[in-house]
Amino acid sequence: MNLDFSNDQKFLQEEARKFLEKEGSINRNRKVLDSDHNTDIELWNKIVDLGWTGIRIPEEYGGLGLSHLELCVVAEELGRFLAPVPFSSSVYLFTEAIIKYANEDMKKEILPKIITGQIIGTLAVTEELCAPTAFNIKTEVINNHISGKKIAVPDAGIATHSIIVAKSGDSISLNLVDHSLNQVTISHQENIDESRGHFSIVLNEAQCELIGDTSNGWHLFESLMDQAAVLFSFEQLGGSQASLDMAVSYAKERYAFGRPIGSFQAIKHKLADMYIALTLAKSNCYYAAWALSSDSSDLPTAAATARVSSTKAYQFCSKENIQTHGGNGFTWEYDCHMFYRRSKLLSVNIGSLGKWKEKLVSSLEQSNKN
Amino acid sequence: MDFNDTPEQAKFRKTCRKWLEDNAELSSGGSREDSFGNIDYLEVAKEWQRKKYQAGWAMLHWPKSYGGIEASPIERIIWSEEESKFNVPKGIFEIGLGMCGPVMMQYATEEQKSRFLPPMAEGKEIWCQLFSEPSAGSDVAGLRSKAVKNGDEWIVNGQKVWTSGAHFCDYGILVVRHDANLDKHKGMTFFFVDMKSPGIEVKPIKQITGGSSFNEVYFNDVVIPDTQRLGDIGDGWKVAITTLMNERLAVGDASGADVEDAFRWAKNQDDSGEPLINNKAARGLIADWYCEANGLKNTKLRTMSALSKGETPGPEASITKVVSANKLQNIGNFGIDSLDMAGMLKSEDPDIKNFQGSWLGAPGLRIAGGTDEILRNIIAERVLGLPQDQRADKGIAFKDIPSGNS
Repeated sequence: MNLDFSNDQKFLQEEARKFLEKEGSINRNRKVLDSDHNTDIELWNKIVDLGWTGIRIPEEYGGLGLSHLELCVVAEELGRFLAPVPFSSSVYLFTEAIIKYANEDMKKEILPKIITGQIIGTLAVTEELCAPTAFNIKTEVINNHISGKKIAVPDAGIATHSIIVAKSGDSISLNLVDHSLNQVTISHQENIDESRGHFSIVLNEAQCELIGDTSNGWHLFESLMDQAAVLFSFEQLGGSQASLDMAVSYAKERYAFGRPIGSFQAIKHKLADMYIALTLAKSNCYYAAWALSSDSSDLPTAAATARVSSTKAYQFCSKENIQTHGGNGFTWEYDCHMFYRRSKLLSVNIGSLGKWKEKLVSSLEQSNKN
Repeated sequence: MDFNDTPEQAKFRKTCRKWLEDNAELSSGGSREDSFGNIDYLEVAKEWQRKKYQAGWAMLHWPKSYGGIEASPIERIIWSEEESKFNVPKGIFEIGLGMCGPVMMQYATEEQKSRFLPPMAEGKEIWCQLFSEPSAGSDVAGLRSKAVKNGDEWIVNGQKVWTSGAHFCDYGILVVRHDANLDKHKGMTFFFVDMKSPGIEVKPIKQITGGSSFNEVYFNDVVIPDTQRLGDIGDGWKVAITTLMNERLAVGDASGADVEDAFRWAKNQDDSGEPLINNKAARGLIADWYCEANGLKNTKLRTMSALSKGETPGPEASITKVVSANKLQNIGNFGIDSLDMAGMLKSEDPDIKNFQGSWLGAPGLRIAGGTDEILRNIIAERVLGLPQDQRADKGIAFKDIPSGNS
């Protein structure tokens, strides 16, 4: 019985934490939020230099060839330090899709460039102000040329490529598109966490390359979401822990009525509830990390369980962190709002809490039938 | 990461499993029954305990001289995992073995340990814990039962309450106030006592479940030899804390209706012409409970992983009771509500019995062994390191502490 990370993995996590702390990642997030940019390029380049974009890429393509477990511990630290970089889009979604579904030629073309930072990717699904489904996608591929409009695509401004979920005849397919093409227009869309930009992508008969096959693209997309859910959950876990730590430290220092506010039970119980939510999420994340790294058939259930728990934990911890800080927590000056914003971004980027609860119960029904 | 036993652990699990298969029947699913006060159940439980004792399973981590097999923490967990899959009595011995045993082990003389520990493990003598009082619940250090020294003996007067099993117990551990002029936490002393001593009167309390698992216990000039004192005079609180730490481990997970029961039920139960599982609100609740139930299960696996590696587990297990007792109450409530206007009716249906029993029993679990509120204080203070609440009972003699009307 060993539901824990190895010493090597813990060491990697510790190194990641030291790096992001030294780089002042949280302050960098604030600077990005206050600027016209949507990414800290300098921090991203350092992350690329550390090899994190290639953690999961097999050695034959120049990557580190490590498992999802290594990616999980790095994700937790990126979440803890609010790193304003396109890691989740480019690594959890784009890179994982290429590793999982691309043919050999595409892997040889794309993967080495992800490692060097020449390629940054993202995933584009949504087209309307509602959840995307296999039935409301209108973007269409005809003869390897794609047309349509995607919205709310995270990090598309800095990305060089996208995987576009589109209609191919009667079914759905995943398609690689190069952003430098003239037939691709990318425009910034204002969002509620500008430390990670969101963009629309207009495609006007742009050349595209099929990933996987055309018969079951929606299934490929869903299966990619299951994997990504585990990695997003670890990032959410890191953010939850940081929010709790902030609240605890403030509750010890801030005095009211002649005593630290942390000595009042109303505050204690709130913080204890944050710890409870976080601990449930953490344990479910560990199990999901195992399911992901060992290719378990339990992954859809495990991933949804981790995702629901972590989304709830981060939303709860980040909002109650603001509450614990009182009026200060409502100011731009304090960091609380950056975690609040990020908790929402990570929560909706791969689908809302309600959607994942539904996925969880559906997966229970499914595994019950088998 | 893996979920495999080491070869030694696998071998140990096989040994446990083999013995259990030879001596008990596999369980078909648990239900929460209030069988604590039932005398037939007591006899069955004693018989099962005796069998376990003879084979070394009763207190397997104890030294061989007291009937154990000196099992490691991980082996103890493996045993209870396997035992929980079988339909065997539980609940009668937990307090004695889980709380009184460790205190005797730590504070009793060698001679007392040899005399009392083996029959405790065997279930021949059952032990209870006499801590809470009418005016000392969450604030158990506010207890007022008095002990006055008289030569080599102590004379005890007062009242204890919420004493599980006192009506069938042979011995008890007891904390009382020996000096009300001292500070609250300094004026207490700890004993063990023969429950058949003259002057002890036990009155069962009827609970909201209708059952009576606990009691009021009155002490009228009860004589306790000084040799039955555990710890020094004035060390009562220190000894009691040792016991309470063990209690939180002993109480732990709430048995009764869980998410699997709710899920299975929802697939079959009608909801205005459709299966309840198709109801969006029901699906959301089941998702939440699944996350809580598995969060606890996986938390336990993390604790086990640490033990398995010979490390000290983190504080993560401190969330167990708060989460499981509330989940139990909510799932019981869900089951009853799913019957709509018929929800009030008692039934022979095992699921309905389970939901109603869980709903009625859960309020007790949210209080026993530390209320939700006390447990949140403990998480806040011991895990998160927040400062203690400001208190009105520090640094003054116990007798001068404000106590309201009582």
